[in-house]
Amino acid sequence: MKVLIASPLRPYTGSSTVEASGASVGEVLHDLDRRYPGIRFRMVDEQDAIRRHMRLFVSGEQVFDLAHALKPTDEIQIVQALSGG
Amino acid sequence: MAKKTAAKAKTKTRTKTSKPAALLLVATRKGAWILRGDAARRSWKTEGPLFLGQIVNHMVQHPLSGTMLAAASTGHLGPTMFRSTDMGKSWKEVAQPPAFAKAEGGRTVKRTFWLTPAHESGVWYAGTSPQGLFRSADDGLHWEAFSIVNDDPQYRSYMGTEQDGTPDGPMLHSVIVDPRDPKHLYFGMSSGGFHETTDGGRSLRSLTDGMEVVGGFDAANLAFHDPHCVRLCPSNPDRLYQQNHCGIYRLDRPGNTWTRIGRAMPKKVGDIGFPMVVHPRDDKTAWVFPMDGQTVWPRTAVEGKPCAYVTRNAGKSWQRLDTGFPTTQAWWTVKRQAMTADGGDPVGLYLGTTAGEVWMSRNEGKSWSCLARHLPEIYAVEAANA
Repeated sequence: MKVLIASPLRPYTGSSTVEASGASVGEVLHDLDRRYPGIRFRMVDEQDAIRRHMRLFVSGEQVFDLAHALKPTDEIQIVQALSGG
Repeated sequence: MAKKTAAKAKTKTRTKTSKPAALLLVATRKGAWILRGDAARRSWKTEGPLFLGQIVNHMVQHPLSGTMLAAASTGHLGPTMFRSTDMGKSWKEVAQPPAFAKAEGGRTVKRTFWLTPAHESGVWYAGTSPQGLFRSADDGLHWEAFSIVNDDPQYRSYMGTEQDGTPDGPMLHSVIVDPRDPKHLYFGMSSGGFHETTDGGRSLRSLTDGMEVVGGFDAANLAFHDPHCVRLCPSNPDRLYQQNHCGIYRLDRPGNTWTRIGRAMPKKVGDIGFPMVVHPRDDKTAWVFPMDGQTVWPRTAVEGKPCAYVTRNAGKSWQRLDTGFPTTQAWWTVKRQAMTADGGDPVGLYLGTTAGEVWMSRNEGKSWSCLARHLPEIYAVEAANA
């Protein structure tokens, strides 16, 4: 599955788009962490909540639940809402 | 040929004399820098930035392993920690940064605020925001919760709420390990008081007797206590000095009552501030950097005239140290981790301001000079072994 990576996370992936697999958004993030260790904790906290400024989209629709089921044709966009100075 | 030999010899000499003999680790709101000094601590080179754009709350070297850790976060990504085993030349992210246990209503580490190397190689402690205490036994690679403090209901009540914390969040700091006993630790909480464990974190006791709180509040409620920075004297582990929200204190163990030694500071200056620095070999000598704590708490140098103060007699009297500092219109703020001492003789003192300047004294505070300007807001400075 194609995953678009937000620019602050690209030091982990080295690329703006990577491949990862899973039946849910949460599984895809775990798979990303296996491939790029440390990346998940910067997006998801220890209580399994999506961090405040992270936004996850599945094929263009924002999702708030890591259990959100995925179709094989879905794409995930990981976006960061930048604010402050 | 002769020219070549001469050139080679010159290069060798230059290499030898330029070998770094002093290191200063500078953590800022926008990354970290390393200042490398010569043996005389007169010539300094600024290297960086490291982790540009990351909020680095503390960067510390373990004196036994030599490993350096940098506690980092951004305004948007979760916290992490970087680790170097080659004197800061290369850095890798640690495998498992501090995190609270997953639980119903469980807390989330927003940042690691404080790093303390233990007196065992590879052992570290970390204090977080919100208040949590963590330990690593593998030189910073993996971190686990240490002590009951993170979850004990009574201690959680001392921590208060977000509203009781600092503008950067409530934090656990001043983690101190007794050099004689690895199971004896101290730590401070802003807010939440000052505490110790003598059994490796299984039980805790509060050490707040004698510490004052803001007028009108009840000193018996530990949530009102705000120790800003506490240091243990390396030359006398039974003596601690504290810079508190409400004064400067000294505690001599096994006593349990702090003495407000800041009463001897000039009234016009007061005894409010953030950092507390102790002499590496003399338990009667300590330094502070007074701040304006009037009305709405500007937390700047009093009257815009930066100065440190030193006591040479364990707090009976204090002397002003400001030679070399700007004499007017310098509204510095120096945070609790942003003033430190090296192990030199005479002791070198270092401080970093929120306006991004690093200052140093090679003579225990008698005179000061600027080492670096125009850095981001400085959170911490730490001397390290070159």
